[in-house]
Amino acid sequence: MVFANGLVVFWPHPIQQISLADGTTLLGQRWEEEIDPLTGRRRIKFYCANMEDMPPFRWIYEDEIVHQAQPPDVFKLDRTANLHYIGYFREIRFAGQFPSQPDPEAMEASAGGNRVALSTQAASAALPQALPGGNGTSAQQTDWASKAEQLAAAIAWARQLESAEVAPWRQKENQLARQLNDQIKYALIEARYELQRLLQAGWPETDPRCQAISERIAQLTEEENRLKAQAHQLATERAKRETELRHHVAVFVDGQGREKPIPLVDIVRFSTPNSMTLWAKCRFCLAKWWELLSDQPREANQDGGIFPAILGTVLLVFLMAIVAFPLGILAGVYLGEYARDNLLVRWVRVAVNNLAGIPSIVYGIFGLGFFIYLCGGTLDGWFYPARVEAREPVFGQPCILWAALTLGLLTLPVVIVSTEEALRQIPWEIREGSYALGATRLQTLLRVLLPMASPGIMTGFILAMARAVGEVAPLMITGAVKSAPPPLSPDFPFLRLDRQFMHLGYHILDISCKSPNVEATKGLVYVTTLLLLAIVLVLTSTAIWLRNRMRKRYYVRAI
Amino acid sequence: MSERSETTWPESITRLSGADKAVRETPSGKAGAKGVPEPLVPGGTGSVSLAGRNPTASRAGLPAGMAGAAVAGALADRSQVHAEADLANPIVRIRNLHLYYGPLPALVDITMDIPRKLVTAIIGPSGCGKSTLLRCLNRMNDLIDGVRTTGLIELDGQNILDPSVDVIALRRKVGMVFQKPTPFPKSVYENVAYGLRLAGIRQRAVLDEIVERSLRRAGLWEEVKDRLHESALGLSGGQHQRLCIARAIAVQPEVILMDEPCSALDPRSTTRIEDLIAELRGEYSIVIVTHNLQQAARVSDYTGFLYEGRLIEFGQTTQIFTKPEKKETEDYITGRFG
Repeated sequence: MVFANGLVVFWPHPIQQISLADGTTLLGQRWEEEIDPLTGRRRIKFYCANMEDMPPFRWIYEDEIVHQAQPPDVFKLDRTANLHYIGYFREIRFAGQFPSQPDPEAMEASAGGNRVALSTQAASAALPQALPGGNGTSAQQTDWASKAEQLAAAIAWARQLESAEVAPWRQKENQLARQLNDQIKYALIEARYELQRLLQAGWPETDPRCQAISERIAQLTEEENRLKAQAHQLATERAKRETELRHHVAVFVDGQGREKPIPLVDIVRFSTPNSMTLWAKCRFCLAKWWELLSDQPREANQDGGIFPAILGTVLLVFLMAIVAFPLGILAGVYLGEYARDNLLVRWVRVAVNNLAGIPSIVYGIFGLGFFIYLCGGTLDGWFYPARVEAREPVFGQPCILWAALTLGLLTLPVVIVSTEEALRQIPWEIREGSYALGATRLQTLLRVLLPMASPGIMTGFILAMARAVGEVAPLMITGAVKSAPPPLSPDFPFLRLDRQFMHLGYHILDISCKSPNVEATKGLVYVTTLLLLAIVLVLTSTAIWLRNRMRKRYYVRAI
Repeated sequence: MSERSETTWPESITRLSGADKAVRETPSGKAGAKGVPEPLVPGGTGSVSLAGRNPTASRAGLPAGMAGAAVAGALADRSQVHAEADLANPIVRIRNLHLYYGPLPALVDITMDIPRKLVTAIIGPSGCGKSTLLRCLNRMNDLIDGVRTTGLIELDGQNILDPSVDVIALRRKVGMVFQKPTPFPKSVYENVAYGLRLAGIRQRAVLDEIVERSLRRAGLWEEVKDRLHESALGLSGGQHQRLCIARAIAVQPEVILMDEPCSALDPRSTTRIEDLIAELRGEYSIVIVTHNLQQAARVSDYTGFLYEGRLIEFGQTTQIFTKPEKKETEDYITGRFG
């Protein structure tokens, strides 16, 4: 079901125009049908989108439908705000011409219209020839296909304009914010802490050391204020440019005939599902899939990509494997080959087996208490006392490192048990054969036993990995969050272990239960689940392929 | 005892004294140190008195060859001189060997000599301790928990039951072939080179040469020379066993122990192994445990009959099979029991 539903989520379904008995006309897509349990009448759940104008979902009784059609020129838009819009495309208005209905935003912009035109002159040169008029003229084509072309060209133009006029400012803003955070903020924290420590230790404020620090604090504060002012200036300028850019709108009309200007830069993509060819539909699907796999989420995870979540999941599993597998193998080898059969070892074995049965949320709580508060807190106390003082812990907070360790703990019993089991299955004669040739226990282990046990150990890895990928409960309290950039950095360690991360499993929970519009993200839930399953499948099938290769090499024939 | 102190220990044994300690700390050594009670069957000596052998003589430490010579004296087919020569300089001397699995005695007061560069067979009904005796010779019993050994086993004059003996070096001198062939899941080449690599030999040319020689010696070369680097697991059962023999002789042991090497093989493979034993005779001292009396008669020069943990009779194979001195031996050989 997940597979079937997940694959068709991005398929552009036809848009219907439905006229109801009470005179309203709706544009939208059939979501599902059922018989109303109260009245016994068939009803349709209709997705009308346009969520800022009306409720996006509406129940329609089939017997109230007067007329229904599939007009070929209905557009469906993906927007950066308020999800989808369904309606007819009327015209493109560039800054200076505004909808007939008074619109405060547009009114305000009318004054600045000329300025925008001036500031964007360079970019306007790139406006394709197909676009008639340019500044101040409205497109009046009746042929909707060429209108669509026109819209596409206009969107491309607007984006170009944005990347030329707004994006650099945004970049500068981000850079400044990073500088403020990484260089000034933490340096200030350190310096203030140092000063406080000196004063508490009884140094007089007039001491040169204290004064040096005070001076440094003053310097930093000054720098901070300067940068903050700069950032504010940048933000104001950027906002101004953005607002100006948003005056270039495409005007759409919904089923009721209401006009709706939508800023060109807000339109991510558009489609005309009723008149698309099969090939166009496939292309549309592929574009959506690519966005999903490679992009950041938009609108509180309701749309856009889930790349950070995919990356977070894979990174987490790899970190977990690095921690859990060597430890598990060592423990399994000790229990299987070296440990004498005494009470303690038997207890350990029972404990390991019990560990495999503990609910995963318990591991999460353990991770929170042990790893984050105890280990992380201690580490911070040793290396980052100033950050602790300023309530800005580095490792004493949920992050990918502790999540990976918690997950490693969770999968450890599986690895231990499978290692031990794999070693136990090797006939005793093999060991004797090796010992009889003058091998020590370690040599026997490394040269004969471990290679022979490797397929079994791999099976343990596969099980452990499959379990780790699917776990959500322990991650919720040890580092997975609704939205975060990938825990990577362009500077040396490249991997920021002290960052929080997105996780596919948690993402599913988020969009299925915590989304502002649960019904609209249902499709995304299917797709994300499908992706999670795909990752499990890829990881496990790689492991199984490896195991089979090993098995072929070390297969012991029944003699 | 003076004999032991005079012996110069072979370099290969003393050299590797730092090897795996876990293996060296044997239960038998510990048990001896803790002073575990004396053998449960102390009175066994009388009934266990060896065929034609003067127990007092052997216990007094007289050269075992003299006792052996006494046995041989009664024989017709082999000359007394011949037998005396065989046992005058045995490779292994076993004196008053007792072995217990926990409280259960498995070997009782075994005293025998293994002749140098000849084939010695140990026969007896199932569970009589044949394999246990064999495994004493390279201390494989150390690997089993709760085994306690008392007595003396001398290999070239050195007591190998001494806890200070490096078992790793010992096992290199005393190779072993098991009932079930145990090829490692490696290539044919790596199987044979395994012991050499353990001994630290890395030069490719040396390895190549020894591997080829060992495989030729084991009569396997012609069959595997084109698939040296394929998995050894793809060979047949008989080839597996010969591979195990090649593996054992690659490290140039002095003694090869064979624990029913043919019991899992078909008659054809059995014949090949027996031929191989005949070829290796004269170069290595071979001790073979077998259920198959015809096999013992075919391949061995000397035979010991073990019954319920006691060595009933030991002597030249022809004598044991034609004129056994003990009633039990005769009964067993003629198939009246066992």
